Amino acid sequence: MERLLAFSRAIDALTTAIGRAAAWLVLVVCIVAAGHAIAGKVWGAGAHSNAWTEIQWLMYSAVFLLAAPWTLLSNEHIRIDILNQRLSKSTRDIIDIAGHVLFLIPVALIVLWTSIPFAMTSFAQAEGSSNFGGLPQWPLKSLIPLSFVLLLAQGVSELIKRVAIVRGKLSDPAAVRRSAIPHDI
Amino acid sequence: MASFLAANMAPLMFVALIAFLLLGYPIAFSLGAVGIVFAGIGIELGLFHPDFLQALPDRIYGVMSGETGTTLLAVPFFTFMGLILERSGMAEDLLETVGQLFGTVRGGLAYAVIFVGALLAATTGVVAASVISMGLISLPIMLRYGYDRRLAAGVIAASGTLAQIIPPSLVLIILADQLGRPVHLMYRAAFTPGLLLAALYAVFVFAVTILKPNAAPGLPWNAIADRKPDGSRGLVSLAVLALVCLVLALLLMRDSNAAGPDYVVMTMAAAVGLAFPVALASELSGRRLLSKLATRVTFVMVPPLFLIFLVLGTIFIGLATPTQGGAMGALGALALAAIKRRIDANPARLNWEMVRQAVEQTAKLSAFVMFILIGARIFSLTFYGVDGHRWVEHLLISLPGGMYGFLILVNLAVFLLAFFLDFFELSFIIVPLIKPAAEAIFHSAPEAVALAKSFGLAVAGSGAAESVVDTGPFMVWLGVLLAVNMQTSFMHPPFGFALMFLRSVAPTEPYKDRLSGRETAGVSTGQIYWGAVPFVCIQLIMVALLVLVPGLVFERKSIAADASSGLATSVPISTVPPTGSAGELSIPGTPPAMEGAIPLPAGTPTGPTLNFSVPPKIE
Repeated sequence: MERLLAFSRAIDALTTAIGRAAAWLVLVVCIVAAGHAIAGKVWGAGAHSNAWTEIQWLMYSAVFLLAAPWTLLSNEHIRIDILNQRLSKSTRDIIDIAGHVLFLIPVALIVLWTSIPFAMTSFAQAEGSSNFGGLPQWPLKSLIPLSFVLLLAQGVSELIKRVAIVRGKLSDPAAVRRSAIPHDI
Repeated sequence: MASFLAANMAPLMFVALIAFLLLGYPIAFSLGAVGIVFAGIGIELGLFHPDFLQALPDRIYGVMSGETGTTLLAVPFFTFMGLILERSGMAEDLLETVGQLFGTVRGGLAYAVIFVGALLAATTGVVAASVISMGLISLPIMLRYGYDRRLAAGVIAASGTLAQIIPPSLVLIILADQLGRPVHLMYRAAFTPGLLLAALYAVFVFAVTILKPNAAPGLPWNAIADRKPDGSRGLVSLAVLALVCLVLALLLMRDSNAAGPDYVVMTMAAAVGLAFPVALASELSGRRLLSKLATRVTFVMVPPLFLIFLVLGTIFIGLATPTQGGAMGALGALALAAIKRRIDANPARLNWEMVRQAVEQTAKLSAFVMFILIGARIFSLTFYGVDGHRWVEHLLISLPGGMYGFLILVNLAVFLLAFFLDFFELSFIIVPLIKPAAEAIFHSAPEAVALAKSFGLAVAGSGAAESVVDTGPFMVWLGVLLAVNMQTSFMHPPFGFALMFLRSVAPTEPYKDRLSGRETAGVSTGQIYWGAVPFVCIQLIMVALLVLVPGLVFERKSIAADASSGLATSVPISTVPPTGSAGELSIPGTPPAMEGAIPLPAGTPTGPTLNFSVPPKIE
């Protein structure tokens, strides 16, 4: 169990570092989008290159795809806990374990299994954009398997931690609750 | 068993979806799991080709690119902007000054909260910023002077939710994407209903001050700052300044062909732009051209109007798309925070730690929002594969009551679901299910045809087979209805976000008031819940009003304007010939429909329906 927990800590450190780094792209994409608007006005249609738009897709996709495992770690993916919160702690732990094993990990595996060839084909064919002057599509498409590999790892880490919590080897960092997280929407 | 499964895949999937979601596991993955489990069953039963799931990556790629990708970029922009605004203290300055301005009027603080709520709402699309600021600043003052706690809590929570209906707003952006309509059309349509809602809130406060004068007292004179030695407050000076600047702004705007919301926003920006140099000159010269109140009001109005201009004005003058407007607003908020930091010499207004927290919170919010959408896309791949959308469409179309029956049912369902789903969940799960049915009903229901005629929209066919050519304006109408309705999801006890934000900043325990030194009772959770109830009712009144008076949303078109409706958004009023009677309408040469969606008439829902949201099917 100790070795598994060490493995889980390593995964957590990795996804946190990646998520926090990707978060700064929020600021970059703001600047690019505003610059795009102003450049379009100042220099006319010539500055309205589709590459400008597509680089924003790439950066924003990197933000949400690479921050998703970290969001899972922080338990900030939205749950509907109208019934859940009435259940006992142990039942909720079982639901979480079942969810990791039956929902998250299979979904991540199937998306991985299908998205690796999806991205590889794009790379092999040097697939261009369907928009005039757009960017190659493989970096955008490669983000999908990258995200789901990390999500799969995070799912495994969450599973290890939840099992450890049930066995009393780890204290629960946060009781499962949606209400306490200010989502800022 | 197998044949039962095969015949009832769609209803079974729907039931499984509800069961999986209620388990309380993160919904993004529960949604995806339902999709994948049923895809597996479908492949096993021979309903799908084994390669069926190969379409998955393309479904995900679809939310990262194209129209959807560009529209949803607005999510991080507005979230980031709202976080910076909340932390830089702009809302606080506004509330204090506007509270002083309305102060002595009975219910004045409540009006100030509504006014500032509406102003912040026009700046950004974020509820939390408004509710938290108002809960921190206005609530203690309201409690100090003996406001009814339920009224105080209700008005703060409700005014904060105005951010979701007054453009720019995340709800409108996401609904525009889900309903397949341009964001700027949703913005235009939601502007009047949003302001009307703020007005209805104010009417409610007014009614309370009449019926229960003690529930919302005015501020006593000794609580008013900036009094001149002779006891006057300088209201005359403010009134003169406001009047002169407004008249000048109206003169400036005389030649502009802006209409509706564009006109209001541009005029306000111009008026404040004119007042600012005067206030600045007065302040710098020390001659006090203006009263202190007038200067203060001008100064606090500049930042929000600057942002409103950046976010909405740039869209209206064609400089930016709604998404780019969000980015401009985010950078504008950063710039304002930097200026404030310099003026106040207060590093808490803007620093790296604050920006870091803001980008990280934005990234996490973006991740959970986009993953709900990704989960919903995995779900819908299978759901559409088993013709689930036709099942729902058939279910909704076969209901009695025509268009109005449909609207009432949909709104009732959304209202009830809003008790435990938030607007992201409603928009991504419920809206795509009702979209095809809505298009079919708006296309051919007799009520829809009559409505289209009364607003000068093109109608094809004749007699009983008449149909609406372009259901676009109807979808925008539905979007605004849903947006007003979904606003209640912020106010429904016990999960409404606005109520939770308010709970997190409102005092629970009795405390000693800082100014009066009196022991003041806290606000109970029950009081917050009860306070929200009248405002939830106001939302329902607004939904009813929008159904009964579609003119609040629909723009009346003449035939000439209609022919170019696909291209032009502003046809100079003078060139438009007078509208003929509705009966003279004919089919335009080229239908202005932009979506190519031509659903079948009601009653035959099994025919081939063109629908952009249907994924490519793999046989």
